[in-house]
Amino acid sequence: MCLAIPGQIQAIHDTEPKMGTVAFGGVKKEVCLALIPEAQVGDYVLVHVGFAISRLDERAAQETLQMVRTLGDRDNRRSRDEIS
Amino acid sequence: MKYLDEFRDAHLVRACLDQLRAITTRPWTLMEVCGGQTHTIVRYRLDQLLPPQIRVIHGPGCPVCVTPMELIDAAIELAASPEVLLCSFGDMLRVPGTRGDLLGCKAKGGNVHIIYSPLDALQLAKAHPHKQVVGFAVGFETTAPAHALAVKEAARLGLTNYSLIVAHVLVPPALEAILSSPENQVQGFLAAGHVCTIMGYEMYEALARRYRVPIVVTGFEPVDLVEGLLLTIQQLEEGRYDVLNQYARSVRRMGNMNARALVEEVFEPTTRTWRGFGELPASGLALRPTYRDYDALVRFADRLAGLSEKSAVSTSMEQDCQSGLVLQGRLKPSDCPAFGTRCTPEHPLGAPMVSAEGACAAYYRYRSA
Repeated sequence: MCLAIPGQIQAIHDTEPKMGTVAFGGVKKEVCLALIPEAQVGDYVLVHVGFAISRLDERAAQETLQMVRTLGDRDNRRSRDEIS
Repeated sequence: MKYLDEFRDAHLVRACLDQLRAITTRPWTLMEVCGGQTHTIVRYRLDQLLPPQIRVIHGPGCPVCVTPMELIDAAIELAASPEVLLCSFGDMLRVPGTRGDLLGCKAKGGNVHIIYSPLDALQLAKAHPHKQVVGFAVGFETTAPAHALAVKEAARLGLTNYSLIVAHVLVPPALEAILSSPENQVQGFLAAGHVCTIMGYEMYEALARRYRVPIVVTGFEPVDLVEGLLLTIQQLEEGRYDVLNQYARSVRRMGNMNARALVEEVFEPTTRTWRGFGELPASGLALRPTYRDYDALVRFADRLAGLSEKSAVSTSMEQDCQSGLVLQGRLKPSDCPAFGTRCTPEHPLGAPMVSAEGACAAYYRYRSA
C-alpha cells in the first residue's frame, strides 16, 4: 500500500490542486503536486497513489551509494592483502 | 530507471552482506516494519544471504491486512446499495469480510470501482451527481495526506455526494505495542521509508530511547535493505540505540511539512482495532468535527446499524487464520498449517495472503516454487 515509485516531472500545470505530468520510464501519468509545491520541471519525485510525496535528493542518493561502495573497496583491499 | 537500478546493484548488496558477516558476533532479531520491505527481502532472498545469527521477522506494515472486519463489512454493505459508488484501492477487493469480499459484491452487481488515486473518487462524484460516492480510505501515514486533500477539495468544490470510510492507521503505536509485549523478541527495527517521508522520524527517537532499540529508517530496494540491516546490527554490536536515516534521498527528519499540516487539519487520532493486535489507543485517524460531514459511517449510520455486532462475532471466530500471529512477527507464514493448502491468494483465509504487501503472499509467491 505504501508503494511509491520514482519519476521525473515533465510539465507542471496551473490547476487547483496543482497537477503535473510525471514520466516513469516510458509511462507518463498525471500526478498531484500539492504536497511538494516547490517542485520544478526536471525534478525526480516519489509518487504514491497519484501524489508526489517527496523530491528525491540526488546528493543524498550518491552519499548512500558512496558509503556502500567504500565498504566494498575496503573488503576488496582486505582480500587482496590476504592473498598477497 | 534512475533511483531504482543503482539501488539494485548486486556488488553493493554483496559488499554490505560481507560487512555484516564481518561484524556480527551474536544472535540478533530485527523486524522490518513495512510490507513493501518484506516483499523485497523475500523476493531477493536477502534473509537467506544474511549471517545465520541474524533473524529478520516481518512486521505489521500492511494496512490492508490490519483493517478490521467491521470496516470491510461496512464497505461491502454500502457497495450493495444502489445509490452508492464505492471506490477502493485494488488490493482491498479480495480481503475477506464477515460475509464475502468486495470482489464478490462487485460480481453480484455491487458498485465497486477500483481507483488509483483518491482524487479519482472526486471525479466520479462530479460525474455522477445523483450517486453517493464513498471512498474506502485505507493506508498508513503515507496515504493519509492524499485522502486529506481529497476531503478538502470536496469541501472547496461543494460536493455533497462524497464521503470516506476512514480506516487509516499509524505506525508508532503498533511498534510500541510490539515493544511493550512481554513476548517481544525484536531488538532493532527497520522503519518504513515512505511513512517517514511524510512524518519524518523525530517521533521514533523517544521510542528508541525508552526501549533501547536502534531504529533505522530504510528504503525499499535491495541495497537499501541490506544497508539498513547493517546500520542496525552495527548499533546492536556496539550497544547503541539511535535513530538513523538510511533513506536520506527521500526522508527528512521532520518529514513533509505540507503533507503533515494537511493531515493535521483534516484528521485527528482515534482508537482503532487492528486485525491481529486488537484495540490500540490513538493508533488510527478519524475526520475532525469540521469535516465530519464527509464521514460515511455517520452519513449512512442508519444503513450500517447492527453490522458491528455481527462483525465482532466473526472477528473472534477467525480461528482458522493465524494472521494475527503473522502480523505480530510471532509466526512465519510458511509455518502456518493452512499456508499454501487451505489458504492461497485465490482462496485466502486472511488478508496477509491477499494483499500485495502481505507477508503470506510474499512467501507464497517467491518461496513456493
